[in-house]
Amino acid sequence: MAATKASKEQKYDRQLRLWGDHGQESLENAHVCLINATATGTEILKNLVLPGIGAFTIVDGHTVSGEDVGNNFFLSNNSIGKNRAQAATELLQELNSDVSGNFVEESPDKLLDNDPEFFHRFTIVIGVQLPESTCLRLGSVLWSASVPFLVCKSYGLIGYMRLVVQEHTVIESHPDNALEDLRLYKPFAELKNHIDSYDLDSMDKKDHSHTPWIIIVAKHLEKWLSEHNCQAPKNYKEKEAFRQFIREGILKNENDVPEDEENFEEAIKNVNTALNPTKIPSAVDDLFNSEQCNSITSQTPSFWLMLRAVKEFALNEGNGSLPVRGTIPDMIADSQKFINLQNVYREKAMQDAGAVCKHVESLLQSFGKPPESVSEKDIKLFCKNSSFLRVVRCRSLAEEYNVDSVNKDEITSSMDNPDSEMVFYLMLRAVDRFYQQHSRYPGVYNYQVEDDISKLKLCVTSLLQEYSLNVNIKDDYIHEFCRYGAAEPHTVAAFLGGSAAQEAIKIISHQFVPFNNTFIYNAMSQTSATLQL
Amino acid sequence: MADTDEPEKKRRRVVELTEKMVVDGGSGRTCEWEGRWNHIKKFLERSGPFTHPDFEPSTESLQFMLETCKILVIGAGGLGCELLKDLALSGFHNIHVVDMDTIDMSNLNRQFLFRPNDVGRPKADVAAGFVNSRIPGCCVVPHFKKIQDLDETFYRQFHIIVCGLDSIIARRWMNGMLLSFLVYEDGVLDPGSIIPLIDGGTEGFKGNARVILPGMTACIDCTLELYPPQINFPMCTIASMPRLPEHCVEYVRMLLWPKEKPFGDGVVLDGDDPEHIQWVYQRSLERAAEFNITGVTYRLTQGVVKRIIPAVASTNAVIAAACATEVFKIASSAYIPLNNYMVFNDVDGLYTYTFEAERKENCSACSQVPLDMHFSPSSKLQEMLDYLTESASLQMKSPAITATVEGKNKTLYLQSVASIEQRTRPNLSKTLKELGLTDGQELAVADATTPQTLLFRLRFTS
Repeated sequence: MAATKASKEQKYDRQLRLWGDHGQESLENAHVCLINATATGTEILKNLVLPGIGAFTIVDGHTVSGEDVGNNFFLSNNSIGKNRAQAATELLQELNSDVSGNFVEESPDKLLDNDPEFFHRFTIVIGVQLPESTCLRLGSVLWSASVPFLVCKSYGLIGYMRLVVQEHTVIESHPDNALEDLRLYKPFAELKNHIDSYDLDSMDKKDHSHTPWIIIVAKHLEKWLSEHNCQAPKNYKEKEAFRQFIREGILKNENDVPEDEENFEEAIKNVNTALNPTKIPSAVDDLFNSEQCNSITSQTPSFWLMLRAVKEFALNEGNGSLPVRGTIPDMIADSQKFINLQNVYREKAMQDAGAVCKHVESLLQSFGKPPESVSEKDIKLFCKNSSFLRVVRCRSLAEEYNVDSVNKDEITSSMDNPDSEMVFYLMLRAVDRFYQQHSRYPGVYNYQVEDDISKLKLCVTSLLQEYSLNVNIKDDYIHEFCRYGAAEPHTVAAFLGGSAAQEAIKIISHQFVPFNNTFIYNAMSQTSATLQL
Repeated sequence: MADTDEPEKKRRRVVELTEKMVVDGGSGRTCEWEGRWNHIKKFLERSGPFTHPDFEPSTESLQFMLETCKILVIGAGGLGCELLKDLALSGFHNIHVVDMDTIDMSNLNRQFLFRPNDVGRPKADVAAGFVNSRIPGCCVVPHFKKIQDLDETFYRQFHIIVCGLDSIIARRWMNGMLLSFLVYEDGVLDPGSIIPLIDGGTEGFKGNARVILPGMTACIDCTLELYPPQINFPMCTIASMPRLPEHCVEYVRMLLWPKEKPFGDGVVLDGDDPEHIQWVYQRSLERAAEFNITGVTYRLTQGVVKRIIPAVASTNAVIAAACATEVFKIASSAYIPLNNYMVFNDVDGLYTYTFEAERKENCSACSQVPLDMHFSPSSKLQEMLDYLTESASLQMKSPAITATVEGKNKTLYLQSVASIEQRTRPNLSKTLKELGLTDGQELAVADATTPQTLLFRLRFTS
């Protein structure tokens, strides 16, 4: 209905400006599974329901306890004794009528026993406060089914997230500080022609002061190259000389005083970045050299198909460069000069994208697939973002936990600083071990705290021994983790709730870059770290 | 089960039950239930190796937080809603919230205490009502007001103030208010006069949380350079050489609307009125067509007119949670608070950076020393006005300048009252000497950015 669409545009306006209508569409087609509706779980889900994911399913076999209601905004005290999945679904569903909420009153272990394929239907599975054994079982099922898995835990004042996804491609990474793609170092033919159409020396003052800085740099670079044996300014000294050279180009009035020409000031300011040779970023080069790019089959996802086409383009029409991006920054200039210059870049970008399309078509043809299999719109978007493509590959939980493949180096080098966030990762692993042995977490009741310290220490020692980790964990941390008593304070749950939800949105929308692969948040010091384990 | 196990199991069971009963006993609160505060109590009733040096485990801290501690939340929007929830679930049941806004449809993607039916109602009222009904025993008192409409007696009653504002001016005002409470005895600050200020801010996927102990740590004005002034497009670009779709919209907003008065004389452009935006959109398209500029859309038009900042639930959740954690630490002394600024960004992975923002020696707000202003006696008053508004460390909005001239208090220039503006406008083109100002004299400057008048000392240069 038109009314619903209009009100959705209004409701989601502030986030549409971040991930666009296509990003929103991917969210609305997503079905998220949350395991365990603890405070951490419901906070994550809240931040997914509000932006309008299509559907969620909560899997939880627990009944609501008084303690659960105390830290959870989505459980009320009259739901004590009821199934937690059902109770939380009601209050989460109420947040946004666009979202469809479901629940399964079952523990994940039971589902894994009886119907592991239950989890195959989800866009992403988020597991909260899972014991180690359940986590590993689930991890294995989801890895085989290629369903992204996000593990989250709030333990005392520590937040923990682990992303498990085999291969996650990102076309729109939206980098914060991207360099412009201006091709000043070796202008393409159409740009060269456009530059040639300017004669700075014969312009009147108005035109001179409103010529785009790109033209000014290009003109001066041409002169410089002819006087310096085709060597562009490279080091600071040369660039400084080049800047001075441009400054000399500023018009002078009848008293020989330089005029106020802001466009020349812009040119001078941009010399530092504008002269960098156009190179294929190493990250993209790595992708070009990867297995998926070079062994294209009929099953290959479109990302790799398009990447291969861009690689072919770079080797041929592109003369070693990626397709021209087609955008230029705003700059002091009169409208016509700016628009004309912008159009030169835009047309070249379209041309390059067209050439890439031809490569995509011939690749598709070689598998007997119709050319419409990959849309022109998608190819254009791919080309525009070709400098920023990212692929995230996380190790499986099995690899992390296996004695033969544990990332010893990352652990021991981090622990050179015994107070680094890595110590919390090790403590969480030790606490999991404690749970396995004692069927409870350490220090839950006051009378347990003191005795559990030595028991937890044994778990720490056995953990370090099993993995041959020659690190030292201070007693203070063991004491602190007993003190926590597996508490889940709401503010830590809420911090993790926001963090995890946004990572889930990145996975669902394929926009922005997810973390790889372990995130630790320390609420005591308000610090965090990302570890690759 | 061996017999020897039984007495131990029994003892443990009794202790378990006793611990659970402690929650129900004593305080007379009728809305408690067993286990409600278990997650919090571990941090209040147990000692630990990382606690604040002042921390003493006690069963009374929870009572203090529930019954006595008063927290003020400024703003009931993206951060405010999260803060109210976080504080209520952390044991704070006496909360006041101030917000001058009403609910808009575009708030609903993150301000989760509001529903479509609430559109048009005051944010403070609806937010308070929701939290009070969801969290038994919690008492959030709403104030549908501007922060400037409340006086110092109001602000003095709070133990901690948390800001979830979207305006730098408002932050500075709040900052100034708390600085005005500071009591110095023989040059030594009385810690009892300090009200901690926790401040959070977000924009898209970026945010920051900071702890300000007025008089002790860096204040808002100490770090004003961290908030660079908003850059507006140059007028000549807008008027005669647009290049971007944004320039076209600004042209319509700033030049065409006042000229054509499309909805009547004196009717100001209202970014929330779809008819107004539609008009601006159409005219912007025409302007763009004139210059062959592409890219004007309704969404872009509205974004430019309202200066919209993109926003999502997740960033607000993270920053509010960090702020609420600090409130908890300060109120309970459980841990050393953040010292004193944390930055967050989750565009590429998740990134946080924590550092100690330093106090500025000559901070216009908290350094307590009159600031020097250097001008030649032949400078015009306009130059002084420009300095006050353009200087990165002052960034005033519309300062009113008064001075004692020949024993009498004289308003040199004031913009906010039309009649006084007219009367004092000629002063702007007079020199400081002509206005009767002398070297070393004090000038008092009032502005929206601070509740208190700032004192400056005029130093003549030759």
